[in-house]
Amino acid sequence: MNNRTPFIDGQWQTSINVEDFIRLNVTPYFGDDSFLAPATPNTKAVWERCEALLAEERKLGVLDIEMDRVAGIDAFEPGYILKDHESIVGLQTDAPLKRIIHPYGGIKLAAKILEVYGRQMKPEFNTIFNTYTKTHNQGVFDAYTEGMKKARHTGLLTGLPDAYGRGRIIGDYRRVALYGTDRLIEAKKLDLREMTDITDETIRLREEVSDQIKALKQMTAMAKRYGFDISKPAESAQEAVQWLYFAYLAAVKENNGAAMSLGRTSTFLDIYLQRDLEAGIIDEALAQEYIDQFIIKLRLVRHLRSPEYDELFAGDPTWVTESLGGISADGKPLVTKTSFRYLHSLTNLGPAPEPNMTVLWSNLLPEGFKRYCAKQSIDTGALQYENDDLMSPLYRNDYAIACCVSAMEVGKQMQYFGARTNLAKALLYAINGGIDEITGEKVLEGIQPITTEILDFETVQRNLTVTMDKTAKLYVDTMNIIHTMHDRYAYEKSMMALHDTYVTRLMAFGAAGLSVVADSLSAIKYATVKPIRDERGLVVDFEVIGDFPHFGNDDDRVDQLAVDLVTQFSEMLKKHPLIRNAVHTLSILTITSNVVYGLKTGSTPDGRKKGEPFAPGANPMHGRDVSGALASLNSVAKLPYGDVCQDGISNTFTILPQTLGQSKPDQITNTVSLLDGYFAQNAHHLNVNVYSRDVLLAAMEHPERYPNLTIRVSGYAVHFHRLTKAQQLEVLQRTFHESV
Amino acid sequence: MNPSDWGYLQKIEPFGTVDGPGIRTVLFFAGCPLRCLYCHNPETWQAQRGEYLSVESLLSRIRRYVPYYGQVGGVTFSGGEPLMQSPFLLSCIRAFKAAGIHTALDTSGFGKHLVEEIVSAVDLIIYDLKTPDAQVYQALTSQNKAVTDDFLRHAQAAKTPLWIRQVVIPGRNDTLENLEATAQAIARLDFIERIEILPYHTMGTPKYAKLSLTYPLEGVPAMGLQEAKAFEAALIERVEFLKKQNTR
Repeated sequence: MNNRTPFIDGQWQTSINVEDFIRLNVTPYFGDDSFLAPATPNTKAVWERCEALLAEERKLGVLDIEMDRVAGIDAFEPGYILKDHESIVGLQTDAPLKRIIHPYGGIKLAAKILEVYGRQMKPEFNTIFNTYTKTHNQGVFDAYTEGMKKARHTGLLTGLPDAYGRGRIIGDYRRVALYGTDRLIEAKKLDLREMTDITDETIRLREEVSDQIKALKQMTAMAKRYGFDISKPAESAQEAVQWLYFAYLAAVKENNGAAMSLGRTSTFLDIYLQRDLEAGIIDEALAQEYIDQFIIKLRLVRHLRSPEYDELFAGDPTWVTESLGGISADGKPLVTKTSFRYLHSLTNLGPAPEPNMTVLWSNLLPEGFKRYCAKQSIDTGALQYENDDLMSPLYRNDYAIACCVSAMEVGKQMQYFGARTNLAKALLYAINGGIDEITGEKVLEGIQPITTEILDFETVQRNLTVTMDKTAKLYVDTMNIIHTMHDRYAYEKSMMALHDTYVTRLMAFGAAGLSVVADSLSAIKYATVKPIRDERGLVVDFEVIGDFPHFGNDDDRVDQLAVDLVTQFSEMLKKHPLIRNAVHTLSILTITSNVVYGLKTGSTPDGRKKGEPFAPGANPMHGRDVSGALASLNSVAKLPYGDVCQDGISNTFTILPQTLGQSKPDQITNTVSLLDGYFAQNAHHLNVNVYSRDVLLAAMEHPERYPNLTIRVSGYAVHFHRLTKAQQLEVLQRTFHESV
Repeated sequence: MNPSDWGYLQKIEPFGTVDGPGIRTVLFFAGCPLRCLYCHNPETWQAQRGEYLSVESLLSRIRRYVPYYGQVGGVTFSGGEPLMQSPFLLSCIRAFKAAGIHTALDTSGFGKHLVEEIVSAVDLIIYDLKTPDAQVYQALTSQNKAVTDDFLRHAQAAKTPLWIRQVVIPGRNDTLENLEATAQAIARLDFIERIEILPYHTMGTPKYAKLSLTYPLEGVPAMGLQEAKAFEAALIERVEFLKKQNTR
């Protein structure tokens, strides 16, 4: 017998409805951080062991790889860090930081990665995936057109998930804790029974749901190896954390998606923690221990990545994004003590990039929580902020962020991740008649090259429209192929099992180089731009005479050009239908790929030279936002979110500590005001970095002295020392806002 | 054109966090009658320099920053000496306040016109108490301290909240004598919200070379942040002690 209070009854008992459970049972918290407890001896012991392993991994790049088995929900023996001290258990493989071979995305790439690390893949894996079956990557290339291959080769379309897991799908991992897998299987079986109208789509869906049921059974078997029965609902707080983690663990054993995000779990778990605290079963120290140990496990998630992948997304990110805060449908803040506990792990365990702590900021969040977030931002550099007041009307109230900025309703929507198109390159194609300025290949047909001595704004704009329109069509077609094949050959059955059977699919397109193109158009419009042609007759450089307004200075003359660009591109994408009735969305986000994109793009009319990095995400170009921090924020805030860039607009903001205020309390107050002010203007996302250039310079010179220096790049955080030299230099070039 | 609606600004800092509470837009008015030896903004001495702006255009520019002010931020009038353009200053204060913006005046108190109206209208005065000693004041600023004493009397009569500031220079006024005299002067005042010691720094010296001016404090080292904090703490403690004594 225990004296736990029963949960409040509701719809959640008769149908799978986690939101309803949270709404009825949540205890919002309006206080400050004074209740928080330090790490327990158990946590310290486990984390100490992890730190030693992490240091070893830093030296080797990859600590170990499981060579005998490939990815699977129940494919591995149980693994532990320090079994006697772990209050939450479970590892991807049988040992910490040991990575998984994932052949379903592409067997060639898997073999190539192993070679990089001096290993040889078992010959039978090759036989299986080349002779007896095929992979996602093979499927995609069987269907790609010549035009797609060219656009991919020149980098007009880049980072496409055609050889790696697409990610950006969030299983509703809470369902396993609340219902147990038996009940979830029962619900899926009912859906199958009722699905009797046989069409292309239902045939596919019936097969998928059957796979989902298998996945739930494998998940149950996997947990059993650790000695737990997750077929029934979790009872205690410890079980709730453990069940939820097993559900997530199944996902990262099975998949290597680019972003394997966690969802919105803290407030859900708080209901169990609060109940056990009130019943006197646990104390605050133990509540914090469960969370800290859960977070430790999330910090250890690894995927086997290629060096090229690392160039795009530096620092081995996994985007275990957790969305904290926000407001419920009935206007209550979804801030609980466990929201604090998650953030407090950054103090107990030290700063780290994962999980990717994402605060859903609302004007209505309790002041105490706002201040604590600001404090943790200043102290650890590990938080990002996204505008709940903007997202909740569009994604309702139980949504979460996948990856960096992508909102989706948990368990009801999933995403077809679409990487991005290089808009700056599209502009150069508009000038060069569809010919790539670097390779000389003709990528797009039917565009008249511009041959004048001086670039005329109207002409360039007209050509750019044609180019973007052709690019949009090619992009949509490419994405339709990729996700058809991904659904077929690398279906995320454990994660989709934790979705409703009838999900909405969001196809998230992306654009890179926005500020480069906006500034280029501004230069052509307000200054004189002379194209410089090489012996091939291609424009490879530009002479810019005169001054022109730059994006990032709250100047509508150029900011409106950026707004028009994204609005136009979004409309062009929407003209083309998507597979499985998916919905078009668009993000302005680069992650760290802005460096690689820049490398593959010729000089642009804004004065940026060939090979120089773009600004990350929607940021103004480095050093061109000279009118101060607020003007820079105001410019980015003008980019439209709803219906246009509804997959997110990423802005990374760096400010010197002393600029933010003299004392810590002042700095906190001002960070809160900054966020309130930015988001009040319907801006979408902000990474907040508070540090000086000197710290980064010192960390470049003595990385060993700054092993934990965490910075926000574009949609995620990274240990500074894990960036490539080129990426570190790019970060240093960014505008550091200081008072004049 | 009403002259009180137009004025000269040397510079606008949209995002200030040191001159008053919260995030503030700092308006640097052109022109200053004082020639403080340690001045780090000599470019603001000349009147009728910089941008000539109407209250209206200034307000429309500031409106872009209002969302960031939060509950405590706002606009700070600094300079130069804003009181040099009293009619324009007063128009600004009234217009901004009407727009719901918190206003602060960062001043030496050296002004003779519309002082009563200004100190009643403004929400906060950040008063630079350069020295409590009239003779030293003359030597330091080349002006007569009586003018600023008058200003302070009016501010007290209007019950306007005050922040008191003083620049401390190593080897000059970082003395116990100055600390005691300053504490005595502050203890006589009411409506004090904050006392700040600004450590003398040398970041303004390159401006002198640019303006072909001789820097009067050449060779004087900057004051350390720690020393300034210690001086500030001692001053605050002494003021509190004296205040308690006064009320007894």
